[in-house]
Amino acid sequence: MSDYADYLATYASVAAIIGVGVLLAAGMLGVNRLFRPTLTTPAKLLTYESGVDPVGAGWAQSNVRYYVYAFLYVVFAVDAVFLFPWAVVFASIGWAAAIEMAVFLGFIAVGLVYAWRKGVLSWT
Amino acid sequence: MGEVLEIALRCLVVLAAFLVLPLLIGQIEHKTMAHMQSRVGPMYAGGFHGWAQLIADGVKFVQKEDVTPRAADRTVFALAPAVALVPYLVVLFVIPLGPSMVGADLDLGLFFALAVMSIGVLGSLMGGWASANKYSLIGGLRVASQLMSYELPMVLSAVSVAMMAGTLSLVGIAEAWQWSWLLWQLPALVVFVTAGLAELQRPPFDMPIADAELVLGPYTEYGGMRFAMFLLAEYAGILVLAALTTTLFLGGWRGPSSEELGWLWALTKTMVVAFFVVWFRVAWPRMREDQLNALAWKALVPVALGQLALTTVVVLA
Repeated sequence: MSDYADYLATYASVAAIIGVGVLLAAGMLGVNRLFRPTLTTPAKLLTYESGVDPVGAGWAQSNVRYYVYAFLYVVFAVDAVFLFPWAVVFASIGWAAAIEMAVFLGFIAVGLVYAWRKGVLSWT
Repeated sequence: MGEVLEIALRCLVVLAAFLVLPLLIGQIEHKTMAHMQSRVGPMYAGGFHGWAQLIADGVKFVQKEDVTPRAADRTVFALAPAVALVPYLVVLFVIPLGPSMVGADLDLGLFFALAVMSIGVLGSLMGGWASANKYSLIGGLRVASQLMSYELPMVLSAVSVAMMAGTLSLVGIAEAWQWSWLLWQLPALVVFVTAGLAELQRPPFDMPIADAELVLGPYTEYGGMRFAMFLLAEYAGILVLAALTTTLFLGGWRGPSSEELGWLWALTKTMVVAFFVVWFRVAWPRMREDQLNALAWKALVPVALGQLALTTVVVLA
């Protein structure tokens, strides 16, 4: 039980540093608030577009060409999560574990090769 | 009570390192870039070779007006710099300078560090979207594409080290380090640093910022303290990347008389890696966005997968 308490204690210090980080950010902005001038003019609040008045809205529609990469990334990211626990224990299990992971990675690598051959990895 | 005091002390030391070391890296960048380009760089502030330049910059940033564009999504716009900055402080907390010189030695430290590091990138994404500015939006989209392409080779190359060490604890990995790793893990080292540069949007992978075409990408609308926070996050990111590279691939605190001087070795190695990061900026031109994605998927991911196979054979054979 005391092991578990120690385990939680290490994460308590992580929680503490997150708190320190939030305080740091708040402190930096707070000091800024004390020392800064506030002289807003309508022109200053205008969206910057190289010195001319902005045309249309800022959230313009755009073609996200790399969405295929997003699919590939999701596939591989799931795999990467499995890799971490495997990396710690595979040496004690031996070749059986290595071959199983090779099969798993092999399937995904075939997917990457397929995407590559289909030409989705190059923007046109 | 003693435990609380110890945690507070560790937090304070890490906070001090977080506020001083990025400035040191920034000064190294100022001076290195200047001399590589036949300039002298900052010479005035502080008297001796402009050592206080970044402190003077900080004093200036504190007094700057805080302008939020009328069209912006105010809450997200205001939060983005903090989201970019704070994760690097948290990662720095778990990176060891010595066997016991570490904020917290987590048993899944490597996993934690990689996971938290990628949160920092979300700050740029939030800033790019919330600015309601076309330059910022394009920059933000490029950040997203970079994050998706580079997260994977970075994680795969880090797993290779975890396989060699048989643990995810950063202290354990540095303790298990051997000279032969420099040979076996060289591909992983190259992939890790390259992917890290792309994740930090450092040249030659700085197309989200691309000052010649996108003004300053996601940071276009930022000024004053919030911009300074993004800037600090960039140099803190270099520090974290260099320190992680040192711990994973370069043996951390190992070196002659590492019993007493271990932390000095770790710091020296970190600064050398940071120097290389600056050098890459001066030496290479910016890549195109599609070239970056192609490099990630056609070169780095296959190399990282090959490294996993090699590491498996080395460990089991």
